[in-house]
Amino acid sequence: MNKIIAAALAATLATGTAQAAKDTLSLGMVLEPPMLDPTGGAAAATREVVYQNVFEGLTRIDQNGQVVPALAKSWTISGDGLVYIFALHTEAKFHDGAAFDCSVVKFTYERAVAPDSTNAQKGLFEAIAKTECPDPATAVVTLKRPTARFLFNIGFSDTVMIGPASAAGNKTNPVGTGPYLFKRWVKGDRVELARNEAYWGAKPAIASVTFRFVADPSAAAAAMLAGDIDAFPLFPAPETLDQFRADKRFTVNIGTTAGKTILALNNARKPFDDVRVRRALAYAIDRKALVDALGNYGTPIGSHYVPGDVGYVDLTGAYPYDPAKAKALLAEAGIKPGFTMTLRLPPPPYARRGGEVIAAMLEQVGIVAKQEPIEWAQWLDQVFKPQTDYDATIIAHVEPGDLDVYARDFYYYNYKSDEYRATFKQYVETVDPAKQVTLLGDLQRILSRDEPNVYLYALAKVSVWKAGLRGMWPNQPVPANPIAGISWAE
Amino acid sequence: MKRLNLWIGAAISLCVLATALVALVWTPYPPAKLDILHKLAPTSAAHWLGTDPFGRDVLSMIMAGAQASLSVSVIAVGLGAGLGIPLGALAAARGGWVDDLVMRATDLAFAFPALLTAVMITALAGPGAGNAMLAIGIFNIPVFARVTRGAARPVWQREFILAARTSGRGDVAITLRHVLPNIAAILIVQATIQFALGIIAEAGLSYVGLGTQPPQPSWGRMLNDAQTFIYRAPLLAVFPGAAITLAVLGLNLLGDGLRDVLDPRLRRSR
Repeated sequence: MNKIIAAALAATLATGTAQAAKDTLSLGMVLEPPMLDPTGGAAAATREVVYQNVFEGLTRIDQNGQVVPALAKSWTISGDGLVYIFALHTEAKFHDGAAFDCSVVKFTYERAVAPDSTNAQKGLFEAIAKTECPDPATAVVTLKRPTARFLFNIGFSDTVMIGPASAAGNKTNPVGTGPYLFKRWVKGDRVELARNEAYWGAKPAIASVTFRFVADPSAAAAAMLAGDIDAFPLFPAPETLDQFRADKRFTVNIGTTAGKTILALNNARKPFDDVRVRRALAYAIDRKALVDALGNYGTPIGSHYVPGDVGYVDLTGAYPYDPAKAKALLAEAGIKPGFTMTLRLPPPPYARRGGEVIAAMLEQVGIVAKQEPIEWAQWLDQVFKPQTDYDATIIAHVEPGDLDVYARDFYYYNYKSDEYRATFKQYVETVDPAKQVTLLGDLQRILSRDEPNVYLYALAKVSVWKAGLRGMWPNQPVPANPIAGISWAE
Repeated sequence: MKRLNLWIGAAISLCVLATALVALVWTPYPPAKLDILHKLAPTSAAHWLGTDPFGRDVLSMIMAGAQASLSVSVIAVGLGAGLGIPLGALAAARGGWVDDLVMRATDLAFAFPALLTAVMITALAGPGAGNAMLAIGIFNIPVFARVTRGAARPVWQREFILAARTSGRGDVAITLRHVLPNIAAILIVQATIQFALGIIAEAGLSYVGLGTQPPQPSWGRMLNDAQTFIYRAPLLAVFPGAAITLAVLGLNLLGDGLRDVLDPRLRRSR
C-alpha cells in the first residue's frame, strides 16, 4: 500500500516537473541478473543491464549488429589477418578513477582465458595468441590463426574491459568505463544506474535509469499500463499487445533477436542418436502453428541461424509439417507408438507453453512427451552440464551467430560430426568474405541434414515503450539495452 | 431454510461429481487437443464455453479439470482422515501424556500456514498432482485428529462406555463399536469442509504451477493461463473461476446442511 502511495506521489511530482524534458528512465525486464559481472559466467539478463552502459569493450555491436569502434578509436589488420593493432581512447577512465590503457586490455584478455576464469564465452578469446603493449595508447593483439568474427567477438558483452583493481568486486559492484555508473542493486526489485559525468565520450541524455524486474507477464502489462515502467524491451505478454496498440500513450514494436528457440535433443541418448528419429520429430512439429499458438511473433527457422545473420540460408522447407512421414520414419527406426520421452522445461513461456503445444503435436504421431517443468538452476545443473541428464528440452539460445557450439568437444546436445567440425574450422580460418558466406551456408545445411536439434523459430523482440521515448533498439542483435542513445522527445 | 441449503449443496456437489465422472469417459472434445486455427473462439454451438489460446475446448477442459480437483481433494481428505482420526481417537482413549503429545503435535502443525507449507512441500518434492495430494493431505491430519479427539473425549465419559469397559472390552473395540459411531456425524461434516478447502488448495497450487501438471487440465492452471488474456478474452478466466466457486460453495452448503441435520445438539444451541 505504501508503495502505491509513494508511486502516486512520485507520479504527481513527476508531472509537476515534466515541462523540463524528462531525463529519467525506468526499464522493465523479466529476469533479474544473477550477478552483474558480464565476464564471470554471464546470463543474458546481466548483459542486458551492464553491457554498453557500465562496461565497454574495444569495439561494440550497434543496433544493426555491426561492429563499431568503442574504447578502440581505430585499428589496422595485417595482411595475413593475424595481427590487430588498436589505437586506444586513453582519456577514458574507470568509474573508480583508474586509468584505461593497454595494460587493461592485456589484463582483461589474459584473465578471461586463465584457468580460474568463469567467463561464459571463453571461446571468443580462444584465438588470441598474445596481447602486447608497445605504448600505453596502442594494443597489439596477435592471433593463432585468422578468425572471421574477431572484431565482433571482442565487441560482445563477455569481452568488455575490466579494471585490474575492481575486477574482483564486479559481481555486486560493477566498475567499468561506460557512460553509466552503478548506483545500487535492490535484490529482487531493481538495479539503478546514474550518468557518468566524467564519461570520455558524448554525454547521454538520460541522467538516471532504473532496471525493474517483473517476472510475471500480467504484472508487467499492468505496470506498463499504470505508467510505472517507461519501456519493456522484451515484453513478456504479447497477447496484450492489441490493447497497447490501441492506446496512444504507447509505442509497440516487433523486432528481431538472435535468439534461436530449439527443441534441443540429447544426441548421446537412445533413440535420439538415430537421425531418423530426430527428423521424425522435425516433421511432427508444425512450426507455424506453434508460433501462432504462442502468439509471440516468432519466425520459423530451419537451422541454428536466424534471418538477418550473415550468410543466412532459408532451410525452413527441409522438414515441412508432415505427421504421416514422421510416423513412417519412427516406424522405420523401430519406435513403437506410445514411446515415452521427457521434455524438461525451464520457466520462460516459450518453453512451458511451447512444451504444451509440442507435446500435443508429438501425441499425433504416437509419442508421449511428458512435460517436466524445472527451474533455471536445475536446467543449468542437469541439462547443460556434462552429465546431460535429459531427453529433450526447449530453450532459446540468444548468443548471436553461435554456430561454434556444434563444433565444440562438448556441448550439451552431444552432437559429434567430423564433417561439421572440419567445415567450421575452414570457416573460422577463411579471410575471404565471399568464401565465408559459402561456408556459413554449408554449416547450416549440415545442421539441417543431421537435425541434431529441432529448430523451431527465431524469437521476436516484442517491445512496448511510452510514446515520446526515442532511440530504443528496435531489434536485439546482441543482448543489450544501451541507454546512451535514448532520450525523451521535448 | 436450512434444509434448502442442504439440498442446494447436495445438488451442486452431485453435479460436480457427475461432471468429473462423465469426463472420465466422455468430453465434447479431447481436453488436450489443440486446434490452433480456432484459438480464442467465442462461445458458440460448437464450443459452448469457447476455446483457449491453443484452441482447446474450454468446456472439455473444465470437465476434465473437475477430475483433477476432486481426485486431489478426495485423496488428501482420505489421507487426513485416515491418519488423523486414529490419532485423535487414540488421544481421547488414552488421555494423559499420549493425549498431550498428539495435541501439542497438532498445535505445532497448526502454527504453520497450511497453503504456504503446501507450496514449500511441492516446491521441494517437485510439482505434480501426487505431491499436491500429499501436501494438502498432511495438513488435514491435525484437523481430523483434533476434531476426533474433541468429540470423542465426552463420549468416553458416558455410562455405556463404562458398561462396555466392565464387560471387558478393550480401547480399540470400544472406539470402533461405541465412540466412532457417536461422532461420525461431526467427522462427515468436517470432511465436507476439508474437501472444499482441498479444492481451493489444489487450485491455488496449480495456479502457481505446483499442482496438477499439463497436459492434465486443472482449474487453477486455467485461471493462471487466462490471466494475461483478461482484456482479449475475459471469459477464459470467468469459467474456471466459476467452476471453483461453484464446487466450493456446493460443498460448504452441503457441509452446513449436514451439520444441522446430523448434529441435533448444534441445531438446538442456535
